[in-house]
Amino acid sequence: MINLEVPSKFKPLIDQAHVVGSAVFRPISRKYDTAEHAYPKELDILAALMDGFSEAGAGGGVNNVKQATRDKDDKTVRNGSNMSSVLGMVELCWGDTGLAMSIPRQGLGNAAVAAVATPEQKERWGQVWAAMAITEPGAGSDSAAIRTTARLEGDEWVINGEKIYVSGGERANAVVVWATLDRNIGRAAIKSFFVPKGSPGMQLVRLDKKLGIRSSDTAVLSFNDCRIPKDNIMGSAEIDTKKGFGGVMQTFDNTRPIVAAMALGVARAALEVTETFLKEAGIDTRMRGSRWSRHAAAAELHRMKAELEAARLITIKAAWMADNGIPNSVEASMAKAKAGRMVNDVTLRCVELCGGTGYGETELLEKWARDSKILDIFEGTQQIQLLIVARNLLGLKSNELR
Amino acid sequence: MRDKVIQKAMDSSLRVLTRVATSEWVEERGLAEPAQRLVHAGARNSIMAAGKLLDAVKKRGPATTPRAPQQLFDLNPTEDQQMILDMLKRVSSDVLLPMAEESDEACAPQEDVLAVAADLGLANSAIPEALGGGGDRSPMTTALVAEALGRGDMGLALALLAPVGVVNTIVDQGTEAQQTSWLPPFNADTFTPASLALMENAVMANPLEPLTRARKKGSGYVLKGQKGSVPLISTARFFLVSATLDDTVRLFRVDRSAEGVTCTAAPTMGLRAADLGTLSLHEVSVEGTALLGTDSYDHARVLDLSRIALCALGVGQAQAVFEYVKQYVNEREAFGEPISHRQAVAFAVADMAIEIEGMRLLTWRAASRAAAGLDFAEQAYIARLFCSDKAMKVGTDGVQLLGGHGFVKDHPVERWYRHLRAVGVLEGALSA
Repeated sequence: MINLEVPSKFKPLIDQAHVVGSAVFRPISRKYDTAEHAYPKELDILAALMDGFSEAGAGGGVNNVKQATRDKDDKTVRNGSNMSSVLGMVELCWGDTGLAMSIPRQGLGNAAVAAVATPEQKERWGQVWAAMAITEPGAGSDSAAIRTTARLEGDEWVINGEKIYVSGGERANAVVVWATLDRNIGRAAIKSFFVPKGSPGMQLVRLDKKLGIRSSDTAVLSFNDCRIPKDNIMGSAEIDTKKGFGGVMQTFDNTRPIVAAMALGVARAALEVTETFLKEAGIDTRMRGSRWSRHAAAAELHRMKAELEAARLITIKAAWMADNGIPNSVEASMAKAKAGRMVNDVTLRCVELCGGTGYGETELLEKWARDSKILDIFEGTQQIQLLIVARNLLGLKSNELR
Repeated sequence: MRDKVIQKAMDSSLRVLTRVATSEWVEERGLAEPAQRLVHAGARNSIMAAGKLLDAVKKRGPATTPRAPQQLFDLNPTEDQQMILDMLKRVSSDVLLPMAEESDEACAPQEDVLAVAADLGLANSAIPEALGGGGDRSPMTTALVAEALGRGDMGLALALLAPVGVVNTIVDQGTEAQQTSWLPPFNADTFTPASLALMENAVMANPLEPLTRARKKGSGYVLKGQKGSVPLISTARFFLVSATLDDTVRLFRVDRSAEGVTCTAAPTMGLRAADLGTLSLHEVSVEGTALLGTDSYDHARVLDLSRIALCALGVGQAQAVFEYVKQYVNEREAFGEPISHRQAVAFAVADMAIEIEGMRLLTWRAASRAAAGLDFAEQAYIARLFCSDKAMKVGTDGVQLLGGHGFVKDHPVERWYRHLRAVGVLEGALSA
């Protein structure tokens, strides 16, 4: 039966995450935006809390996102860990996106482990904080073009190359590194490797200074004959040209709704504050009658609320599909595309609506407008999401719609 | 009794199919083959569907029972909703779509199409069982039906559904006496035209504060004013008219034959098949019983329900644009390859799909909340905002992607462009 309400069983999780957002993140949000590379020690205690969420199966982090498997005849509807992860992330990022990304053991590498590692590997790495290293100076959206190599020498993989934009690259205890087994083969030869911090030959080159999410560290890492154990490869070491990118890309179907959820939280935060200011300025923000009978600022607020709600429902749909074992590549990308552009549009407009107050550092509105930009870029830019959606819907291959 | 109802439904399913397939209208236009396909492929399913549907409906209580709080997020229609949708999908593609252009030009729905509505029992299904109907009024089901029919043609869909809006409003707000005396005609085997008239014939008018006024006179009322964009203006037997009565807004049943009523067709940019027009009320006297419902009548709710239904029509029509354009850009070649191979084109198609998804989910949320007895005013408001903007965006991009071909009547996108503007214009032309 069609029902688009979030079930009440998630209320405790949402409430808890919201408390983290409001009582932990918000008070230190500006502090770590200003002190860009300082470690937010307040977060250590949170890690334990998040682990508790995960163990309780309540999700809220990235460790529970994966495509459910189920029998064909099983028609039971499920609202599971993909949905709870989305719902939790909304609340955390309502508090602060950079800090939400800095919670120990909730890195994108952890999502990759959850999605593609073997049970034995999950056992070994489940409690490790893992970042994700894909982008290189010469390869961003075109992740098949990465130059970092991995070659087997005896019982060890030897990794060489440079990775940029590694979120949590300094703070995490390990990095999941994408590298190619053979540069001449292309995507099929790309594998991901679990590289523990301190592995010989791995070096932190520098931390980037950024437009937003400054409380999250963004590292440049270099690998010079970096050696890791042979069984730290994730998935098979075989190069299967038919299967291609499947293994490593699979992670994205699960994490894109999570990044979309981040956007939902930031946009809601900005809209709430903006509505408060508009009301204080004497503007009637009630939804009533025709949109054209409203104050222009109120009409714009309502339009943005509609945009947020559309993005929210598409995102929850994508998570719901994953929970129910329905392939969701298209919907995951739709969610990311919609939420990414929505949050940027919303936060920038909120600054404008609140004028100097919105633009100043006394409020968080200007910060959210800086933070929001990355949400339309990382985990696949707007343009990459549209490519994925368009190729799927139009039935085109990557050499046809390039 | 129950067997009789099922028999009737099976009969009507068959009847709708055969009527369409054998009508002169269909033969003349070379549509006999698709219509026959519909009969062959659809007959068995439709009969089974109608039977099962009624079974399911009989077993279930009213659709407005508040649901358990633990109800899960779910986007699957119920089994009976799915059966209705499967049937309407065929009606849309094999009946509405081929008949749409001619209805648009004629500024009226064809008799054949209206017969389809009667045979499908669109209005009948919303009427309480005790009054001979299906007892299945649900804003969610109405939204799904509107979306499915809108996919064929929004103009014809509005024509078919205008009386459903009247029925839904009477069921939702009317007194028992009004339901008993006003609803039975909608059970007939033939189409009973009737319309809601909730818009003023004025720029910047607020539907919450109608300029049309009613005043008490003796035991009855006298109405004065002019309503605009009223569907089925040339044929509706009666209208439910919104008017300001003292400090409140109320609906009044106004019969076409009443003295002082003038119905004037006023053809519009799109939705011409729905025969929109102006209803002028010059000192029209109605009886006291013509006042719909009691003092608890909720005009904002009626408008919100109407917004849900209009959004749903727009979702269906926008989906049709998307499907059409998707095929076109893959077939049309320029510079030696299909134009879909260009990002500028492909991204526009992807954007359509994304925004339509948003339109649909916003509309469904409002509709499902209404069906569950939850407050839905805010959800309906933002669904309407979003759908107004995005429906038109899809409509205009649809024409754009076909280029000059989109601007001429060889393709339906020019008509759909005209239709989709109405999502942001109409108030209360139909209702969930």
